[in-house]
Amino acid sequence: MRHIISVLLENEAGALSRVAGLFSARGYNIESLTVAPTDDPTQSRMTLVTVGNDDVVEQIKKQLNKLIDTIKLLDLSEGPHIERELMMVKVRAERADREELKRLVDIFRAKIIDVTDTSFVVELTGDSEKLDAFIDAVPKGLIIEVVRTGPSGISRGPQGLML
Amino acid sequence: MELSGAEIVVQALIDEGVEYVFGYPGGAVLHIYDALFQQDRVKHILVRHEQGASHAADGYARATGRCGVCLVTSGPGATNAVTGIATAYMDSIPMVILSGQVPTPVIGSDAFQEVDTVGITRPCVKHNFLVQDVRDLAETLRKAFFIATSGRPGPVLVDIPKDTTDPNVKIPYRYPREIAMRSYRPVSKGHPGQIRQAVEAMLAARRPVLYTGGGVILGEASPLLRQLVRATGFPITSTLMGLGAYPMTDRQFIGMLGMHGTYEANMAMHETDCLVAIGARFDDRVTGKIEHFCPHATIIHVDVDPSSISKNVRVDIPIVGPVASVLEDMLRLLAEARCDPERAAIVEWWARIEQWREINCLSYDRANDKIKPQLAVETLYRITDGALYLTSDVGQHQMFAAQFYPFDQPRRWINSGGLGTMGFGLPAAMGVQLAFPEAQVACISGEASILMCIQELATCKQYELPIKILLLNNGYMGMVRQWQELFYESRYSHSYVDALPDFVQLTESFGHVGMRVEKPDELEGALREAFALKDRCVFLDVVVDPTENVYPMIVAGKGHHEMHLSPERELA
Ligand SMILES: Cc1cc2nc3c(=O)[nH]c(=O)nc-3n(C[C@H](O)[C@H](O)[C@H](O)COP(=O)(O)OP(=O)(O)OC[C@H]3O[C@@H](n4cnc5c(N)ncnc54)[C@H](O)[C@@H]3O)c2cc1C
Ligand SMILES: Cc1ncc(C[n+]2csc(CCOP(=O)(O)OP(=O)(O)O)c2C)c(N)n1
Ligand SMILES: [Mg+2]
Repeated sequence: MRHIISVLLENEAGALSRVAGLFSARGYNIESLTVAPTDDPTQSRMTLVTVGNDDVVEQIKKQLNKLIDTIKLLDLSEGPHIERELMMVKVRAERADREELKRLVDIFRAKIIDVTDTSFVVELTGDSEKLDAFIDAVPKGLIIEVVRTGPSGISRGPQGLML
Repeated sequence: MELSGAEIVVQALIDEGVEYVFGYPGGAVLHIYDALFQQDRVKHILVRHEQGASHAADGYARATGRCGVCLVTSGPGATNAVTGIATAYMDSIPMVILSGQVPTPVIGSDAFQEVDTVGITRPCVKHNFLVQDVRDLAETLRKAFFIATSGRPGPVLVDIPKDTTDPNVKIPYRYPREIAMRSYRPVSKGHPGQIRQAVEAMLAARRPVLYTGGGVILGEASPLLRQLVRATGFPITSTLMGLGAYPMTDRQFIGMLGMHGTYEANMAMHETDCLVAIGARFDDRVTGKIEHFCPHATIIHVDVDPSSISKNVRVDIPIVGPVASVLEDMLRLLAEARCDPERAAIVEWWARIEQWREINCLSYDRANDKIKPQLAVETLYRITDGALYLTSDVGQHQMFAAQFYPFDQPRRWINSGGLGTMGFGLPAAMGVQLAFPEAQVACISGEASILMCIQELATCKQYELPIKILLLNNGYMGMVRQWQELFYESRYSHSYVDALPDFVQLTESFGHVGMRVEKPDELEGALREAFALKDRCVFLDVVVDPTENVYPMIVAGKGHHEMHLSPERELA
C-alpha cells in the first residue's frame, strides 16, 4: 500500500542523507521525498511517499523515528489529509496547438507562466493524480519536459505535527 | 576557563570521567595529541593499528558497561577504525570515536588525507557529527556521550576538523552536565497495560521459555533476571550475546539457543506456548527458518528499541522499555499474583526438557590422541575456576568457547556476535585488561583470526598487559572448512591456512612468552604454567584436531526441531 509520511527533522547538515541512506541501506521503496525548513528555521519538514506491506511500512516508520535527527513523525495516510504537488510542464506550442493547450490549462485550473513563439511553460498544483491526468491530456508529442516536486502533505483538522 | 578546541576535547573527556583513550596519532589530530601530552588525567593507549583502537575501546566498554573512547586521525586513520565501529554498532556497544578531519576551509577539495568520514560511517554508527565551529565542540561531545550510552547503546562518531582544535583560538569553556534533545528521548518505562498482559500470558503458560539476549547485559538487569527465573520457575535460554547474564551452571539454564545452541534449548523453543524474549533481537542465527519459528507460541518481546520489535518475527505482546524497569514491574505483578514456580504444568514441562537434556548434545569423543578443541576449553574452564574475562575471535573456537565455558556472571564473555569480526579478540582483551588490571583475562582465537590483529602484541608489551592467548590451532579456517565439508562436498577452497608463522618465536620476538602444546596430556600443565605467569602475556599455540566440527547444528533454512547432533549421532 502507498503511504505518505510527514517527518519533522532537525535542520542539520546531513539529516537528509541519513534518511536517503536509510532507505537505500535497508532496501525500502521511496517514491518521492520533499524537504524544506519550516517557519522555525531550526526544523525541516519532510514528506515522503513509500510503498510496502504493513510490516515493511511499520519498520520504515520505526527506523525513521530512530534517527537521532527525527523530532516527530506522522503517517498521514492513517487519517484525513491533503496532498499537493507542484508541476511545471514545458510544451511545444505552435500556432495550431495553442488554443487546445489553453483550453486544457483552463480545465485543469493551471497557469501559463512562460510564453515563447513556440512554447509554453504550464504550472499546475494539485494531488498527484490530477497532475498525471494533465500529462495524459496533453496531445501526444507536445511535452518537452516535466518537473514535479513530489507531494507534500498535511493533515486535516486543528491538530498539527509539532513538538 | 578559556580553552582551545584541542584542550576542550581533552577537558571534555576528563569531565566525562573517561579513563582511557585508545588511539593513534596523525596530522589532523596533532593539536589534540599535544593537549593530551600536557595532562595526566586521561590515559592514552597507543595501539598499533586503528582497528585495534576501536576493538580495544569496545572491549573496555563490554567489560565495564562504560563508554569506550578512541581517537584516530583523518583519512586512513578513520577508515582503519571502521571495522571496529561496525562491530560495536552490530552489538549495541557504547563507544565514542573522535576522528580528525582536514580543516573546514578545505573540506571537499580532496585535501591530503581527506575522506568523508561522516558519510563512510553513517550506516554503522548510532549517530555522527561533523564539528564546524569550535564553539559547538563541548556540547557536541556531551551529546555524543549521551547518545552512545542511553537507550539502545551504540557507537557515536565526532569528526573534528583540524582548525576547530587550533591551539591559538581560545574560547570560554563550560561542559554541559545535562543535555536535553528534543529529537532524542529514549523511553524509560514499559507500558503498564502491556506488561500486565504479558504477565497474564506468563501465568497461563504451560510450556514457557525465557529467551534472553545482550540487552539484559547492556541494561544491567542480571540480578533482576535471576529473580524472574526463580519467581516463575521457567527454563531460560540465551543468545550468544547474552551468555552470563544468567548463571550458565544453574539447573534452570538450558543452554544457548540457535544454530550451535543446545538440543534442549532449541526443542524447547519449538514446543513453547509462551516465549518471553528479553533484550534479544531475533537474529537469523537464532530463529532459523522464520516459518518454523516457535510455531505454537504467544510471543512477548521486551526491548528498548521499538525497531527491534516485530522486525523479523511478528510479536504478540510488545513491550518497549529498558529491561531493568520492565523486569521490576513484571516481578511486582508476579508477586501480587502469587506466581507458583512449581505449578503442575511447569513441573511437567521440566520433565520433558530433562528428556531432551539426557541426549547430552554436547558430548564429544574424549578418547583421542589429538587434542580436541572442546577439551582445551573445558580444561581452561577448570583451571581458571570459570572466573575469566574471556574474549574471542570468530570461528569454531568461538562456538566451542560459548558451549564449553559456562559463564556465571555478565560481561565476562566478550565476542563479536553481530558482525562476526575476525581480529576482535586480542585488542578487545587489551581493553578488558586495562579496565581490570588484577583480573585474569584471556583471548581464545584461531590461527587465522589472530593474524588479523597480531600487531597488537606490541601494545600488550608496551603496557605490560598479562593477557593469556589460547590459540586453538587447527590449521584451517575451521568454520569455513566445516561449511565446505557439509555443503560443498569437501572442496576446501582457500580455507587451509598455509605458511603459518612459528607462533612461539613470533610471540617471543614481541617480548612475550610463547608455548606450543601438541598432546592431550600436556595441555593442563601448559595452561597452569601459563596462568601462573601472572605478569606476563603468554601465547599458547595449542595444536588441535583439524577435523573437528561444531555440533549440534541447525543448517540454514531449517527449524529448531531439525537439529543435527553430529554425523555419528543423528536423531530419529
Ligand atoms: C560464527 C558465529 C556463530 C553464531 N552462532 C550463534 C548461535 O548459534 N546462537 C546465537 O544466539 N547467536 C549466534 N551468533 C550471534 C548472532 O549473530 C547474533 O549476534 C546474536 O544472536 C544476537 O544476540 P541478541 O539477540 O542477544 O542481540 P544483541 O545484538 O545483543 O542485541 C541486544 C538487543 O537488546 C536490546 N537492548 C539493548 N539495551 C537494552 C535495554 N537496556 N533494555 C532493553 N533492551 C535492550 C537492543 O535493542 C537489541 O534488540 C553467532 C555469531 C557468529 C559470529
Ligand atoms: C574479517 C573477517 N573475514 C572473514 C570472515 C569469515 N570467517 C568466519 S570464521 C572464519 C575462519 C576463522 O578461522 P580461525 O580463526 O582459524 O578459527 P577456527 O574456525 O579455525 O576456530 C572466517 C574466514 C570473518 N568472520 N571475519
Ligand atoms: Mg583455525
